[in-house]
Order: sequence, then C-alpha cells, then structure tokens
Amino acid sequence: MTDDHVYLSLAEASPEGDARWAFGTGFEDPLHGVDTALLPGLDHAELASLCLALGDDALVSAQRLAEWVTLAPELEEEVALANIGLDLLGQARLLLSRAGQAEGAGRDEDQLAYFRAPEEFRNVVLAELPNGDFAHCVARLLLLSSWRLAVFQALSAHPDPVLAAIAAKGVNELAYHRDHAAQWTVRLGDGTEESRRRMTEALDQVWPHLPELFHGADQGLRGDVELTLRQVLDAAGLEPPHPAERGPYRGRAGEHTEHLTELLAELQSVARADPEATW
Amino acid sequence: MVSLLQLARDTAASVLDPELPMLTLADLGVLREVTLAADGQVTASLAPTYSGCPALAEMRADMDAALRAAGFTRVDIRTVLDPPWSSDWITAEGRAKLAAAGIAPPGPAVRRPPGGPVPLTLTPIRTVVPCPHCGSRDTEETSRFSATACKALRRCRSCREPFEQVKEL
Repeated sequence: MTDDHVYLSLAEASPEGDARWAFGTGFEDPLHGVDTALLPGLDHAELASLCLALGDDALVSAQRLAEWVTLAPELEEEVALANIGLDLLGQARLLLSRAGQAEGAGRDEDQLAYFRAPEEFRNVVLAELPNGDFAHCVARLLLLSSWRLAVFQALSAHPDPVLAAIAAKGVNELAYHRDHAAQWTVRLGDGTEESRRRMTEALDQVWPHLPELFHGADQGLRGDVELTLRQVLDAAGLEPPHPAERGPYRGRAGEHTEHLTELLAELQSVARADPEATW
Repeated sequence: MVSLLQLARDTAASVLDPELPMLTLADLGVLREVTLAADGQVTASLAPTYSGCPALAEMRADMDAALRAAGFTRVDIRTVLDPPWSSDWITAEGRAKLAAAGIAPPGPAVRRPPGGPVPLTLTPIRTVVPCPHCGSRDTEETSRFSATACKALRRCRSCREPFEQVKEL
C-alpha cells in the first residue's frame, strides 16, 4: 500500500494504470459514441418518461433478482437469475441514460438511479413486490418478461433511433428470459403435487397485476401476451388463475408500496453515503 | 511499409476478449470498425454482446490501452447498438478457436421474420451440440446459463465431461 487511498494504490500497482480498476460510478457512459441527438419533431418529455418507466422496471426487477443470489434452489438457477438480472441492469443503464438526455436537465443514469425518491420512480408495482418462494419468482418473471418482450418488439420501430436500438437489442435477451420462466412454469406446474400447488398460488398472486402492465398505447399488446401465457399454462397443465380482485395499481404515476422504499434504501445507500464519490 | 490505418486495424483486431481470452474481439464480432481521421484520431467501434455485459468496460479499456501502446495518442472507443450483436457475428476462425479451447461454438441464431409475436420455446432450440472434447453428439443441456451471460452449460453423456457452449443469440 503506497497511498492512503485504496483506489490510488490499486491503480498504481497495476501496470495498465487505473483503467483496469475503474468500474462503477463515473467511469463509463453506456451510450458513449452513439449518436444521441434528439430529433426535433419528437416530444422529448414523452420520450423521457417512456425511457424512465422502462428503465425503472428493469432496475427494480434486477435488484429483486439479485436478492436471490445465495438463496436459489440450485446453483445453476442462481447463476440464471443473476444473469437475467444483469441483462435487465444493462437495459436499465441504457434507458436511464436516454431518459436523462431526453429530459435535458443534465441528469445521468446514476443520478436517476441513486438520487430519486420512491415517489419519483415509475416502475410497475409488480416489479417492486418482495420476493416470495421460487414459484413466485418464476410467475413474476413470466409475466414481466412476456410483457416487456412485446413492448420492446413494438418499440424497435420507435421514431427515436436510440430507444429503437436499445429495444431491438433487448428483444433477444427478453425472449430468453421469458422462455426460461416458461420452462420453469411447466416444470413446476407439471411436477409434484407440492410444486403444482405452489405454482398455482404464485400465478394467483401475480395475475391481478396484469392490468397495470397494459395502458395507453400498450393496450394493443395485451392479446398477444395473454395468448403466450395461455400457451404456457396449457403446457403446464394449469388452469387459468382465479385471482382475488386487487388493485388498481398506479406505479406508473408514482404510487408505490412501502416495499419500494425499502428496496431503494438498500440500492441507493452506498451512493448516498458519499454523493461525490466515484469508484 | 504498413499504413497507419492498417496498424490501427491490426492492433485493434489483436485485442483479446477478457472473458474468452482465446478469442480476439474481432473473432467475437464485437469489433465493428476502426477508422483513422486526418488529425490522427483513431476511432474503434464496439458492439456489446449483451446489454448488461460487465466485460464491456474492460473491453473498452483494453482496446484503448492497446491503441495507445501502438503509438496513437488520440483514441476514441465508441459503442454501437445497431445492428445489435448476435452470435452469428462470431467468425469462422473464432468458432474454431472456441472449439479448440473446449467450448462448443454456437449454431446459427434463430432469425424471426419481422412483426408478429416471438414464438415461445419450451425445449432447447438446438438439440445436437457435439462435445468439444470427444466429438460425441450425445450431449445434454444442464443449465441455460453459465459463468457468463453468453454461455450455457452442457454435459457429454459419452465422455461424461461437462462443457460450456456459447449460446445462440
């Protein structure tokens, strides 16, 4: 240790200089070099709120998936959930960066992720609910990824070329996530009496959130998504869920449960402990 | 005499992937373009494999360092999102290097016609993935995810060896 500052010591010890150690805040703009000019005819505020909402869904989902690490039923599944979370975190970084550019107030991905209050988040409530058992994780992933896949497919033709490219890139990733969740739904639904019971209960829990996923322009996607979900349930030999009436949920308007507050307290704690820090 | 542009291209093409160091970023299809401006600035464009690939920062740092070590003082490493990277971008040489290192190369990625919902896949797309160790075709998928986002885990039923496979994306 040649310096009191750990980071500087590490940088000095590395023959490549500090490039190898510079991960985290302040290092890398995920859209560096991409032409991020905003088209004049576009509603920038609308683009910003669209990117923000989809970025928040991804960020919050990635955090819930990360919580499964060390708790998943088997090692391979732990790796799977972490990888899915990582894909979503990558999507969140791109989308929040784009949201900041469209907003035009000088906020970057880190400021949007770490320095907003819960009521400023626009994620759907389904994403923020606490983790339950593994069947709940599968059911939520099935709903969220089936829906997000359809949304991203539609957005691949968005007039903003950056959002269109982010969406087109995400489509293949999301199809893989959805198929993973679908395969587990079939395995659990068509498995033992216990796994079937749990899968059925989990689907009943997440199903009341279907309406909050589809609003405005996304309404038209609902038919296709429900068709896919029905295919999965058929393959699993499961009846369509009979959920209790709940909601309406207004996460897109900033109305959240206390669970988001807890999630953000953990997610934002390091950045908020020293807002000027880079690492 | 090698032109400066050729030097920049050769240098960029020799940078190794941090996670699959048997491959260069050119083999992996991540390196899209290298240009040299009149003022001497080298611009290398990288296409990320997965949106959240944590190796991208490392790739950029390695690319930047290699070009600077080759004598270029003005270097810009850009991100390209469009067209998105797919495993089809891995070169034939890259595939041969993967197989030689015991990692099964990907088959052709499934291409869907534009429009219409993405069809659901409830069973592995590619059922025959030859074992990179013994060549047996009798292998099974043990996990759809492996140590990195871009690989799956398989096992050979003949030689009993587990192996990784670069996924079709």
